[in-house]
Amino acid sequence: MIQDFLFQAFAASAILGAVIMVTRRNPVSAVIFLVGVFFATSGMFLMLDAHYIAAINVILYGGAIMVLFLFVLMLLNLGHADWRDLRGPVGGLVGGSISIAFLGVLTRLFVGGADARPVVEIAGGALREAAAEQGVVGVVARPLFQEYVIVLEVTGVLLLVAIVGTILLARGERT
Amino acid sequence: MSEAGLAGALGVNGLIALFVSAILFSIGVIGVLLRRNAIIVFMCVELMLNAANLSLVAFSRMHGIEGQIFVFFVMAVAAAEAAVGLAIIIAIFRHYEVVDLDRFRLLKW
Amino acid sequence: MSLGAVTGSGSLVATALGGQEGAGAGFQPVLPWLILALPLLGAAVNGAGAFLWRDDKRIPTIVGPAALLGSFAVVLLNFIAMSGAEPHGAAVVGLWNWIVSGDLRIGVDLQFDPLSMLMCMIVTGVGSLIHVYSVGYMRDDPGYSRYFSYLNLFVFFMLVLVLGASFPLMFVGWEGVGLCSYLLIGFWYENREYANAGKKAFIMNRIGDAGFLVAMFLIFTAFGTLDFIPVFEAAEGTLAYGGALVTGITLLLFLGCTGKSAQIPLHTWLPDAMAGPTPVSALIHAATMVTAGVYLIARTSVLFALSPVSQGVVAAVGAGTALFAASIAIRQYDIKKVLAYSTISQLGYMFLAVGVGAFTAGVFHLMTHAFFKALLFLGAGAVIHAVHHAWAHGEDGHGDARHGDPNDMRNHGGLRKYMPRTFVFMWVATLAIAGVPPLAGFFSKDEIIWYSGVYGTPILWGVALATAVLTAVYMARLMVMTFHGRNRTFGHGGVAEAGRRLHEVPAVMWAPLALLAVLSVVGGWANIPEALPLLPTVEWLHHWLEPVFAPAIAVKEAHGFAPEYRAPAGGGEALWAGVSAAIAIAAVVGTVRALSPKPVPTEAESEAPTGFARVLHDKWYVDELYDRAIVRPSLALWRACWRIVDAGLIDGAVNGAGRAARLLGWAGGQLQTGRVTTYLVAFMLGALLVLGVLS
Repeated sequence: MIQDFLFQAFAASAILGAVIMVTRRNPVSAVIFLVGVFFATSGMFLMLDAHYIAAINVILYGGAIMVLFLFVLMLLNLGHADWRDLRGPVGGLVGGSISIAFLGVLTRLFVGGADARPVVEIAGGALREAAAEQGVVGVVARPLFQEYVIVLEVTGVLLLVAIVGTILLARGERT
Repeated sequence: MSEAGLAGALGVNGLIALFVSAILFSIGVIGVLLRRNAIIVFMCVELMLNAANLSLVAFSRMHGIEGQIFVFFVMAVAAAEAAVGLAIIIAIFRHYEVVDLDRFRLLKW
Repeated sequence: MSLGAVTGSGSLVATALGGQEGAGAGFQPVLPWLILALPLLGAAVNGAGAFLWRDDKRIPTIVGPAALLGSFAVVLLNFIAMSGAEPHGAAVVGLWNWIVSGDLRIGVDLQFDPLSMLMCMIVTGVGSLIHVYSVGYMRDDPGYSRYFSYLNLFVFFMLVLVLGASFPLMFVGWEGVGLCSYLLIGFWYENREYANAGKKAFIMNRIGDAGFLVAMFLIFTAFGTLDFIPVFEAAEGTLAYGGALVTGITLLLFLGCTGKSAQIPLHTWLPDAMAGPTPVSALIHAATMVTAGVYLIARTSVLFALSPVSQGVVAAVGAGTALFAASIAIRQYDIKKVLAYSTISQLGYMFLAVGVGAFTAGVFHLMTHAFFKALLFLGAGAVIHAVHHAWAHGEDGHGDARHGDPNDMRNHGGLRKYMPRTFVFMWVATLAIAGVPPLAGFFSKDEIIWYSGVYGTPILWGVALATAVLTAVYMARLMVMTFHGRNRTFGHGGVAEAGRRLHEVPAVMWAPLALLAVLSVVGGWANIPEALPLLPTVEWLHHWLEPVFAPAIAVKEAHGFAPEYRAPAGGGEALWAGVSAAIAIAAVVGTVRALSPKPVPTEAESEAPTGFARVLHDKWYVDELYDRAIVRPSLALWRACWRIVDAGLIDGAVNGAGRAARLLGWAGGQLQTGRVTTYLVAFMLGALLVLGVLS
């Protein structure tokens, strides 16, 4: 019961944080609220028996990536509010309508998707049992290094390319 | 399978997670379209990715561990994307001294 | 291609022709393909030369005439071979298949029979002399190599026309000579008037060619084949005597003839064709092109024999053209125009002959006319050449503009002193064409006059006689104005200057004239009439051509053709030959006597003629009539078509399509703002669409 309460609290704070994040004019406070959203979703991951994901979500997103954002803001000296940042009524109308359309479509999609039969029938609490058996890391790591090892390696190459590209781009025009 | 059936397969929390995911995604969309600051637009994209991750995790309770594996890859790609994207923003800023999206007309020759 | 293959396929065709094989068995053509290949090769080499060695005149000088002389040698060999073989029927040599479709087979087959051999002799023989002459005449022309290329090609197509064993192959040659005449008449294409003359010739010919083409279609529907021999063999059985179909076919064929041979109503191109270099005129008028019409009727004599109406039309048009053109020739001042109308008139004679059924007489006159008309044109060319050089010599090179037209006889006069050889040769030709015995024209023309009375009607006979008088008159006038009297080249007082500057043409030019003069004398002896057995060659040409025309005569005789050999006014052939000779001599002498004492005004001094003379000088206003009745209305119509249909509809559609594409492109371009936001919105909408379709 306390878990359900916590879950719903996390959900509410995630939505709330997201709304605040989108409406902040100051980029630094937007970053801070986004970190908050990430923490909240991490909490939800925990409640959904995805312990490992919850952990790397905090470390990778909430930690590394958002620090990167803050660092860039600092580097470019953009850490102050800019009144031009938010669009006017027309932009709001367009953005809002598209956003609401997305909400409708996604809701329909999720509900409709629930109609389909599960590809793999898993009994309730199966993930939790597997995690108890193999450990929270092992339950993710085993398929990752067995079935998806090639994908993993390719992702590694992608990251390498991203690193090279980033260095090249950020280095500037020096030859 | 009815609404109750979906709740049965995912649990009530799973269902809530799906809705939260949809809402977060929509907020991300509105943020992308509403903000001019490229960095904040970028952050909204990250938010949308996170919303997608949430739904994947929720579905993994129904379909198995693959959902979480997928989230893992999404995070890896998002990390790469964040690095490259921010590098591009830095490069553009060096040139124009602003990060206002409306000031760039770079996608047309 | 090896000779073995040629004769092999030739025998194949001969077998297919069945009964004809026996007739041609005694004669096998020698190297038949070489006759055509040599001029074509010459045209190719000279054509390449026009681009590759423009300034080197040695190669065309050798290749041009040599190609023709080689071809003439082969023709001569075949002619001798055919003379030796008795009977000399038709031999068809198949070179290769051209069109094979279903039952239709049109081959590139060459027909060797007495008629085509005779024509080949004329074409290559006279053609060779003209080629040699051209070496001198065109010596200074920058388009020397191009000129010889066209000239060789002209002869090639004429040989295709003559040797083709089927209507389509003949049509290839027919169109080919049309093309070459266009190229050569417009040879000096920088001059707009000359280029227009070329176009006029081409278009007038096109009208006639349409007739030929339709006739060909009709023949194919009637016979199912287009080869000469099967068609002519089946003609009597397939087509009813005097029927509508055969009349239609022959009249359409004759329409083609009027175009190619410049008969009324399509004669107007020939005088304008004088725009080309003078040897070209000689080639067109004597050896090639205009004789094609007469040849066509001679070749299809069986078909014409089946249609009395068509024969009547041919004879009437021929006689009318003869008189009409001769009347115009009397009042022309341009030496080449006189000769041009003379040609039209003489061609009228030929059509008169083949129209009344005297096919041999028509072909005979074709041959003798080729000799003396070539001589006349080349002689006129020599005169023009001399006057042109006299004017241009030592001056600033624009002598013509200062002095006038070297073609105008009012600028000649007294040339006998400066050009004695040309003077003699021209008189020979004049007497020949006027019909003074014993020169060539006397025998051939007298035969036509005689048969037009015997086979035809008194009116035709009268017209033929009247034309003979006019012929003598205009030719004598030409001679008097050009060679007699005082020289007017440098004005009335410029005789001394003329003596310094006017010279006889070089040997390369007068030597062909001499040969042609000999031919103009002896050419007529090939067919001495039975009534005047002066030489052993009595009716030689008649016998030679008998295998070709016998079927036609047989058809005519089967339908009540039994002429009484008496002139309409009574008397026999010998008497009337004497009469026509006397008329010719009297007309020549009378004209020379009448015109010689009169001083001729120079071009600048002469006044515009009045009265009937003006009508003749202005060529009966036929060109003006065509201009008003056909050219201008058509021009107005086509201009309307251009403005409304072409510029309005078609251009509108094309431009509209372009404008629409540009508008669409502009609209698409407007979507491409280059701003990230625009693409983001589009991207979101796209994602929505995909998700919406999925859900």
